[in-house]
This record gives sequence, structure tokens and C-alpha cells, in this order.
Amino acid sequence: MLLEVKDLRVEFPTRRGVLTALNGISFGIAPGEVLGVVGESGAGKSMTGAAIIGLLEPPGRIAGGEILLEGRRIDNLPLAEMRKIRGKRIGAIFQDPLTTLNPLYTIGRQLVETMQAHLPLSDAEAKQRAIGWLEQVGIPAAAQRIDAYPHQFSGGMRQRVVIALALCAEPQLIVADEPTTALDVSIQAQIIALLKRLAREQRTAIMLVTHDMGVIAETADRVAVMYAGRIIEIGPVRQVVKHAQHPYTAGLMASIPPLDRKVDRLAQIDGSMPRLNAIPPGCPFSPRCPHVFERCRVSRPELMPAGETLAACWLHDKPGAPA
Amino acid sequence: MVAFVISRLLQALPVLLVVALVSFALFTFVGDPVAAMLSQDATLADRENLIRLLGLDQPWYVQFWKFVGNALQGEFGLSYRLSRPVSALIAERAPATLELAFCAAAMTLCIGVPLGIFTGIYKDSWVSRVLLTVSLVGVSLPIFVLGMLLILVFAVQLGWLPSFGRGDTVQIGWWSSGLLTVSGLKALILPAITLAVFQLTLITRLVRAEMLEVLRTDYIKFARARGLSNRAINFGHALKNTLVPVITIAGLQLGGIIAFAIVTETVFQWPGMGFLFIQSVGAADIPVMAAYLLLISLVFVVINLGVDLLYYLVDPRLRAQR
Repeated sequence: MLLEVKDLRVEFPTRRGVLTALNGISFGIAPGEVLGVVGESGAGKSMTGAAIIGLLEPPGRIAGGEILLEGRRIDNLPLAEMRKIRGKRIGAIFQDPLTTLNPLYTIGRQLVETMQAHLPLSDAEAKQRAIGWLEQVGIPAAAQRIDAYPHQFSGGMRQRVVIALALCAEPQLIVADEPTTALDVSIQAQIIALLKRLAREQRTAIMLVTHDMGVIAETADRVAVMYAGRIIEIGPVRQVVKHAQHPYTAGLMASIPPLDRKVDRLAQIDGSMPRLNAIPPGCPFSPRCPHVFERCRVSRPELMPAGETLAACWLHDKPGAPA
Repeated sequence: MVAFVISRLLQALPVLLVVALVSFALFTFVGDPVAAMLSQDATLADRENLIRLLGLDQPWYVQFWKFVGNALQGEFGLSYRLSRPVSALIAERAPATLELAFCAAAMTLCIGVPLGIFTGIYKDSWVSRVLLTVSLVGVSLPIFVLGMLLILVFAVQLGWLPSFGRGDTVQIGWWSSGLLTVSGLKALILPAITLAVFQLTLITRLVRAEMLEVLRTDYIKFARARGLSNRAINFGHALKNTLVPVITIAGLQLGGIIAFAIVTETVFQWPGMGFLFIQSVGAADIPVMAAYLLLISLVFVVINLGVDLLYYLVDPRLRAQR
């Protein structure tokens, strides 16, 4: 495994007690693998990504568990050590390309400073590489545009620049937090294709955080479904999409409008995700679950084998199997 | 760039003309200079003579036209109070005010900006809290109180620094400088501090607020995610993005320091333009007041032009729109 997250727990101390935003998050990403992370707003997808790159918004903090990069713990590193990992070994792409680039510096300068922060490059070499990267991400006339400022690019072009910035120090893992959400639909496909191609060429693994099942189905190898700060199902993308084992995942999939037939009314999951300070005991999804039974309300299911995926649901607790 | 400067200068013209009109109106509406200049036993003929000599018998627009024409040549007539050319009076006083103002401005920027950065980056440390509390005192303490307190402590009780005046000056051409003598420098300390404290606390709080704002932005978060050093992030990416509002306020403050050093100059009997202005107000010395008004508006126009040019250098987005 390239990245391993074990039993990660993130807490936010507030005036009215401690909120647990992430609880018992465990998953791994293999080299070159694309792991999709889906869930509705507030499920903790982005926060998982932020915890991995060590950029949780204070006062949020990692309260338990471990994050390992190639077997070495990175969640408790001092700031200076973590800085060497960010960009160099774990890159990041954020949601809104209009706000992720510093408006006052040329894109060339931002690329050069990123590379020089991690690689022993002279100014001329770094500039040469910067032009190379801009060409790689499909910026036309890269050599001329290297001295342009972010505002001189369109949103899609800026996201390409952001991808170049994330990749330019050749990290092993990219945490992409909703990389296409802020873009036009027509641009989204291009950006996803670009990201996928570059990741394959560089053998870079991607943790792709999104709420767009279409993007996941198209891009990811495996997918993790999050709900109320937990992973409730994780498995190969085909299995999760076609044969969801957790009732929540099944509900999510059912609520995607089918293209091949007309439906009067889309399926929906009744109710809404519980707030962090009011997560019910037992299974957090139990109040909304169509298959709920007594055990769900009292005791909380962990991920367990279910079909070809892992699901946190008592429906899959075979008698005799270890819980 | 050149076109931008020219357009800015053209925009400044109406401003200056309006100020000129206001200062000109002072002559007509404030006091009666003729009565003030004549001795008590002057005859009516003397009075007529003086009115003609001063050109006061002409229609107002002719007088205004002459006023502007003269002002353009730096000619503001005679001071009623001192019977000397106003331009000479101002040229004599300007170095004192400008030296004081620039020392205060330098102090403001050199201390205020770093303090703002520090309290912005380490917003929760106790040092920042102490600094901010102290800065509240600075914002709310009236200048004249501060000046008198400083005089009381450092001049009267400790006797370290002079309480008034400018000390010895050295003449360089027409410019009289107090920066080159020990007594001149010593005399400068207290008024400069008095003048700087308010501006300094203001700029500290402004820089801090801007830093807090910028440090929350996505591009700073992204810069961290790219693994840049804290120094590059705080002093490169963040600070540069706080500059536009800071330049605006700093420019206005410099204008304010030059124009409204009046209180400080009065407290310290500082022989500058502000002190001259206050004395002239007392004596209804209109030519000096009018010239001072015009000069200050010119100062503001020039500073604003400088501020605009700095924007132009700092923010590439503004360059594109021109």
C-alpha cells in the first residue's frame, strides 16, 4: 500500500463539547490506484483529504488513528517535515481554480517556486520544466504564456495550471478535492481525462473526492462511500455502482436519473444526514434506512465483507462470521 | 502607463481648481483685510488706495483668475500678519513639517507593518493580545494628550529630550535640516513619536486584519499544500496580497500626517507649516491660509497619484484593465 489510513478520528473542540467529524476511517490506496470518495455534503470527504495532507482547519485535529505513507507515519510529523511531504510526495488539487492560484504571481513563478521548494533545480532548469508541465496539461503556446497571470486564463485553463502545480514535484499521491465541481460540464470531462492520463503516465495514485457518481464511475478503480464521518462501504467501483451492499449506497445509486427510460419521480432517501452532534447510537443511517431492524439502533456496525465489497451494515453479518 | 499618468493628472485639475476657488472665497468672506492692514488714523483715501493696490475693486472672477495665475507661479501675495511673501514663509516652514512627517511616516511603516504581520500570523499568542490591547490605547488616546504626557515624562521629569522647538538646523540650499545635528535629532524624537503613534496603531490593525483575511484564502491553503516554506507563504504570497488596501491607507495617512501635524506642531512649538497655519488662523491671515489649503490639496493629489502607480505595480489585474 502507498497510503494507509487506520482508524482515523478527527475532532473539533467547540464551546458545547467535542464534535467528532471523522470516526474510524480506514482505507488504503495502492500505487497508481484511483480511489473515489463519495458522500453528501458534510459527510467528511474533504476533511479526510485535508487530514491526509495535514491541512485540517483549526481547531480541527487528528484525535486518533494513524496515517501511513509507504509504511511511515505522517500524521504526527513536525511541521517542517510535513512540508517536505506536501507537494513532493502528496500533491493536492482544490475545488475552485479561480481562487486556488495566487492572483499576484505569474503561473510560471508559482510553478518554479513549487519545484524549487522540492527539487534541486536552477532557475533556468525550473523554468524549462515549468514550460514542459504547461504543455503536458494542454496549455497552448506554453512558452509564451508562462509569464501570464492567473486572471488571464479561463477557469478550465486555470484548473489545468493547478494540476500542473500539483504534479510538478512528481508526487506519488494526489488528493483531488472536487477538482471538477466548479467547472463547466463540457470542461469537466477534459479535466478528468487529463488527470487520469497524467496519473497513469506518472504512476501517481489519486484520491478523488467528489459527489459526482458519474466522475467516480468513469475514473476510479475503487470507491469509498462516506456517511456522517464514517466509511460505510468500500470496494471495486463496478461492484459498488452495480451491486451496492449498503442500503445508503443503494439509495444513492437509485437516485441517479437513468438515461435509458423515463421515470416520473426519482428515488430519494428520506430524511437527511444527522448533524455531527446528533449522530444516533447504533448505525448512523438507521433512522433513514428502509431495512432497519432492532440491532441497528443499539449497536454500530463496522465494515464487514458483503458481496465483493466491504459494507458497514448488520444485514451482512452472517451467523458465525467474526463481527 | 504614460497615458494613465496623464489621465490621472487631468483628473486632478478640477480638484485643484475647486480647492483654489474655496481658498479664494476665504478672502471675500472671512474678515476684512483692509481694515486689518490700515492703521487706526488712516483716511478714507488711504483705504481707497489700498483697495486698489490689492486689486479688491475688480470683479471676483478677475480676482480669481489673477489668484490662480499667481498661484501657478508660486505667488500667494503678502502675509497680512508678517508682511512678508507667503511663498517665502511656507518655503521656510516646509522643511520642518516635511522632516517631521516623513520621520513619523517611516516610523509608522517600519514598526506598524511588521507588528501587523506578526499579530496576523500569531493571532492567538499572548504577545499579539498584549500588542492589540496596547494598540487600542494608541487609537483612542488624543494626540495632544499623548504629546503632553511625553513632554511631562521625557522633557520635564527625566530631562532627556527638549520639550519644544527644532534644535539646531543646518542650511542646505533653501532647505533647513534638523536631521544633521544632535540637538535637531533629539528635538525630533518626541514630536515624531506623538505624530506616529495613532497612525502606527491604525496600520498595525489594518495589516493584521488583512493578513487574517488573506491567510484564510484558498491560494494560501494551496501554497501550503504545495509544500512552500512558511516564510515564502507569509511574506511572499500573503503579504503581497495585503498590500493594496495597506498602500491606500498608508498614502492617506502620509497626507494626513503632513496636513494635520497642526496639533503636534502646536504642542511642541514646532516651527512647521501647521504651526504657521494655526497662528495665521488666529490673525485671520487669509493669504497664508489660502496658500496652505492649496498646498495641502496638492500634496494629497500627488500622494494619490503615487498610490495609484503603486497599485499598478503590485496588482497585475489592474494593469490589464488599462
